[in-house]
Amino acid sequence: MLSIENLHAGVDDKAILKGLNLQINPGEVHAVMGPNGAGKSTLSNVLSGKPGYNITEGKVTYMGQDLLAMDPEIRAREGVFQAFQYPVEIPGVSNIYLLKAALNSIRKHQGLDEVDAMDFLTMVKDKIKLLQMDEKFLYRAVNEGFSGGEKKRNEILQAAILEPKLCVLDETDSGLDIDALKIVAEGINSLRSPDRSFLMITHYQRLLDYVEPDFVHVLADGQIVKSGGPELALELESKGYHWIEGQAA
Amino acid sequence: MVSRYIAEYESTANLLPGQSLDWLNALRAEAFTKFSTQGFPSLREEEWRYTNVSAIEKKLFSPQFNVETSTVDKQWLDTYRLENALTVVFVDGHFSKELSTLENVVDMSILGMADALEQQPELVKQYLGQAVSNEEHGFVAFNTAWFTDGLFVHIPANQILDRPIQLLHLVTQADLLATSRNILVVDEMAEVKVIETFVGVDDAYLSAAVTEVFVGKNADLTLYKMQSEGEKAYHFGGTYIKQARDSRFKHHNFAFGGLLARNDIHTDLDVASECELNGLALGIKRQHMDNHTLINHNQPHAISRELYKYVLDQRARGVFQGRVVVAEDAQKTDSEMNNRNLLLSNDSEVDTKPQLEIYADDVKCAHGVTVGQLDEKSIFYLQSRCVDEETARNMLTFAFANEMVDKVKIKALHDQLLEQLLKCFPQTGVDKAWL
Repeated sequence: MLSIENLHAGVDDKAILKGLNLQINPGEVHAVMGPNGAGKSTLSNVLSGKPGYNITEGKVTYMGQDLLAMDPEIRAREGVFQAFQYPVEIPGVSNIYLLKAALNSIRKHQGLDEVDAMDFLTMVKDKIKLLQMDEKFLYRAVNEGFSGGEKKRNEILQAAILEPKLCVLDETDSGLDIDALKIVAEGINSLRSPDRSFLMITHYQRLLDYVEPDFVHVLADGQIVKSGGPELALELESKGYHWIEGQAA
Repeated sequence: MVSRYIAEYESTANLLPGQSLDWLNALRAEAFTKFSTQGFPSLREEEWRYTNVSAIEKKLFSPQFNVETSTVDKQWLDTYRLENALTVVFVDGHFSKELSTLENVVDMSILGMADALEQQPELVKQYLGQAVSNEEHGFVAFNTAWFTDGLFVHIPANQILDRPIQLLHLVTQADLLATSRNILVVDEMAEVKVIETFVGVDDAYLSAAVTEVFVGKNADLTLYKMQSEGEKAYHFGGTYIKQARDSRFKHHNFAFGGLLARNDIHTDLDVASECELNGLALGIKRQHMDNHTLINHNQPHAISRELYKYVLDQRARGVFQGRVVVAEDAQKTDSEMNNRNLLLSNDSEVDTKPQLEIYADDVKCAHGVTVGQLDEKSIFYLQSRCVDEETARNMLTFAFANEMVDKVKIKALHDQLLEQLLKCFPQTGVDKAWL
């Protein structure tokens, strides 16, 4: 599904990712952990096409296509979904409007007709229950005045409606209390399927107690320095990132 | 420079309404003297330093006294006529009874100003020139000297009007001067909604309207203005409000049309009265959109809220001057003023000048101004949700402006405003059916 080879990327003259390699197959859940400044958010942003990053070397292949050559909206329509660490507030654009615009863009991209208004509403109301959100959220402006937990839930709601092939979750667990974390984790788990893959970027191990990954990778100084199974996360938790950083150096 | 206007005035003065009223003749004479010596406002006047009206001086716009309403394009008129409203139509500056829908108006006055001067001169005298004086500036003096007609509304105490009153001003010919003088009197405990609509041909003309508003004790008036003049038109609209104690006044001011458009909105607040001033100005091409507001907190416990938004593209220019004056006696004043500007092009420009003058010591006053472009982070967020960049920009621009349209709760007017808003900016990808 996704293949990242020798990826070098940075901002201005500063190199952040320094030869990153990662292979994700359909249905797999990968967790990328690492200390602050390791390049976790850069990896997430480069995959979704956020402007401002220079890619100096390497390639990213998604479903057999050159991902880096696509505009951000094309990546999204092709099934790459980024759940943001800091979702943006958009006053004046309602959640329901954005969801409809997004879904219809995907359908158009796939050569399908626009979604039927009634079917759409039924589907959205179904998914919103899953995230334990009030229907009133749909008619509020995107993320405006939402609490941290509500913003993160809203991101997962969007994923549930847009049904992406690859979900990149950028610190979706940060800033959540345990109850909110459980709801978000439940939402993520409900999206797991044999043809959908996840890249979960996180600073804390706790998310992995609720969403069990198939693989755990440690990102330090712009490279994957260690990969393993779920047990690696626990080892990191007990030994701390210094242990890995020592190894990388 | 205004000699041509003076000559034109002298040749048409005998056609103006209310000739038999000495007090009116005196008021007009005073205004004419003021205008003859001072002319139109100049850039040297502080309140006009960003708005140059010398183009009006260089042309000559003339009033029309033989208005033929049978040739008015009814279809055009009907696109602006609001459903369920008592619509008062003015064609080229004159009230048209045939085109108006004023059935079943009882226990109150809603009539043309020329008719009011004949039928209720004493009542008109009580109000004309009381909310604004000829000393204000050249346009007010010009209007007082030369108004050809207008609307006179008097809602007696305790009357609550369930239908809005709409003043629909049409200009049907080039080089025309349309001067209307309107008086709205809402007595104690009465409630009414009034809509001013300005439309016209796409040739140059001058529309100069002055509206004096008197909101009685604990009375409630919501005034809407949709200025959609033709694209070469000059528009001046002065709205001057006197609010009695405990009264409420809301203004929703939409400036869409005209080449150069200036609004003055001045309100005087008595004890515990409230005012809300909302404005949206859209400018494209070389449009110049100026709004000048003044809120006088004269007495304690009054509340004022103000939000003006501008969206400017291409070479459009915006001017916002917002003054709030809190007098020494106006303790416990609660005032908030905001001006938000969205510039969509490098050549668009806005001059914004919020002013707070506070002479009382126990008050809550705030003001804020922002000038900026669309937020790049928001654009990227929408792109990451499958929306292409152009559509994302349109959605965000629309959302910014639509906040003001959304405040309008009269459905027919809301839909009309939305239509005008969508006409001003490209809206590829903004699906009206979903709004």
